[in-house]
Amino acid sequence: MNIMVCVKQIPDTSEVKIDPETNTIVREGVPSVINPADEHAIEAAVHLVEEHGGKVTVMTMGPPQAEDVLRQGLAMGADEAILVSDRCFAASDTLATSYVLANAITHNNNFDLVLTGKQALDGDTAQVPPGIAEHLGIPQVTSAIGIEVEEDRLRVKRLLEEEFETVEVPMPVLISCSSQINEPRRPGIKAKLMAKRKEIKVWDHHSIEVESCLCGIEGSPTRVVRVFAPTFETDGERFEGEASDCALAVVNRLVESKII
Amino acid sequence: MALRVEDNKCIGCEVCVHACPYQAIEMVDERATLNEACILCGACAYACPTGAIVLDRGDSDVDITQYEGIWVVGEVTSEGTMAMVTAELIGEGGRLAAEIDTDLSVVLMGDDIRHTAEQAAGYGADRVFVVDHPALARYRTEPFTRVMADLIEEHKPEIVLAGATSMGRDLAARLAARLKVGMTADCIELRIDPETRMLEQTRPAFGGNLLATILCEQTRPQMASVRPNTMGLPSFDESREAEVIEVPVEIEEGSITTKILEVVRDESRSARKLVEADIIVGGGRGFADKQQLSLLDELAEQLGAAVGFSRALVDQGWVSSTQQIGQSGKIVHPKLYIACGISGAIQHVAGITGSDCIVAINKDPDAPIFEVAHYGVVGDVAQVLPAMTEAIKARRGE
Repeated sequence: MNIMVCVKQIPDTSEVKIDPETNTIVREGVPSVINPADEHAIEAAVHLVEEHGGKVTVMTMGPPQAEDVLRQGLAMGADEAILVSDRCFAASDTLATSYVLANAITHNNNFDLVLTGKQALDGDTAQVPPGIAEHLGIPQVTSAIGIEVEEDRLRVKRLLEEEFETVEVPMPVLISCSSQINEPRRPGIKAKLMAKRKEIKVWDHHSIEVESCLCGIEGSPTRVVRVFAPTFETDGERFEGEASDCALAVVNRLVESKII
Repeated sequence: MALRVEDNKCIGCEVCVHACPYQAIEMVDERATLNEACILCGACAYACPTGAIVLDRGDSDVDITQYEGIWVVGEVTSEGTMAMVTAELIGEGGRLAAEIDTDLSVVLMGDDIRHTAEQAAGYGADRVFVVDHPALARYRTEPFTRVMADLIEEHKPEIVLAGATSMGRDLAARLAARLKVGMTADCIELRIDPETRMLEQTRPAFGGNLLATILCEQTRPQMASVRPNTMGLPSFDESREAEVIEVPVEIEEGSITTKILEVVRDESRSARKLVEADIIVGGGRGFADKQQLSLLDELAEQLGAAVGFSRALVDQGWVSSTQQIGQSGKIVHPKLYIACGISGAIQHVAGITGSDCIVAINKDPDAPIFEVAHYGVVGDVAQVLPAMTEAIKARRGE
């Protein structure tokens, strides 16, 4: 089985601070990490290949430093890594990103399965996986929490709002993985060192034959026109001191105001 | 494409400097000047009060004036009724339609669902497209995308809204890619400019720490998905009537590659319970370990409350994402929300501000959660929670 895994490097959003003066994000010093759901997609791919044979290729679109997440994929057991990187890809929205990734995937030979994380934590749109599937003209299964091989088809369990749904699809197919699908392995030092020495292919818009007018800002129909921090009300009553006194005081307030 | 500053119009007000998400504008001799960090996103042009910054995007090959009307992609529940998220969208879509003097249509797809058209009408739809076919009995990407794409190409609505549900997200993303149009996921606020008929779509960005307003200027329809529970339910009036259009479709079951083998209800602490609960006890990073989370259950039991968690605990793998509260999880509006050991990251707070009363317990007196709390307790959850549970028990005993 030939599996392509698309991953994304994101800023660690739990470290994000807002500059109170300008109301903008303080970007300095925010570390970059692999999108958490993508680790689960890599694990799912490596696991499938361990069981059924084949090859795992990790791919990301991003600036040169996004190479870090590919090394992480290699350390987890991926065989090959491809960095899709070009200045003209910068600021692509989900439509342009899925166009570029789909072209890069077809450029890399045959594939049976494309795996992605369900959504990226920073953008949180979950739009790129269906976009890639549409550009590739293959079926999609989103929010997967289990994948089983059934001869030439796959059985995929999905997590919906209040239901689990099991579907069967032929390959090639794109599956986006929920974080409940597995527990990603933590590669040891040796695997990390091996991954460091592996070659990473770098492709620009010429090598994957995409039209620059369909990527980056030009290929992106959506445009962010304003970014701002939400504001919330303030002023409340505060209790400090002995835990039992505070607890009692709060409970009394809630009872007095007929909330409980 | 190019971005230029017209020096004679720039008044040096620096509005653009704050509007730029990329820190790409500097003031040089009190005039806005772009540096190499600029990616031509145009946020400054939108913000500039004097029209001094101009973004030339070149000509569009789509005639956007051909497109008219607002559409809602409806959802039908497994019980065969119209989903509440669709009612919310009808309310919101109707409000937008009134502002630009157009109609609101709903598309309902399913098997034996003609009766749901009355529900859509009662909530205020002007027109209902009913697509009834056995192959549409449950949502599947392929047939639903095909039906929607054909209808949109035929009728050319200017705006298409879907619920940000597992169906809506799957369908809208695929549909937008097929139509090659812009799509904004998970909006929490929609506004329309009556002059330009442009939909201003506001959604969480950067992990929910910021909000971003997004436009799709040159493609139609403008597509957005909307978080359930963010827009409020419109009033229902069964005497309202709508034009009902039955859309005949031909779908070969054999042409659909995806087969549904099994559907099982998730009986674990369900998502619906969290969203509907009057009282919610929320847990965050302030707990020492997974076992300590039982303190939440004990308090919740006394209060008859549901239990939810901040994203930190989901990321840590302690709890399931279906119980996550916040902008990237469930948006809740209970009568009482008790935030335990939750610091109050913006993305969490944005999911709870609809609560009538918020109680915060945190050992850090500077935790941002206290800014939104009606009552705050500075202390460790390990001591405060059992004390609260006891105090409530004692009250009940009286």
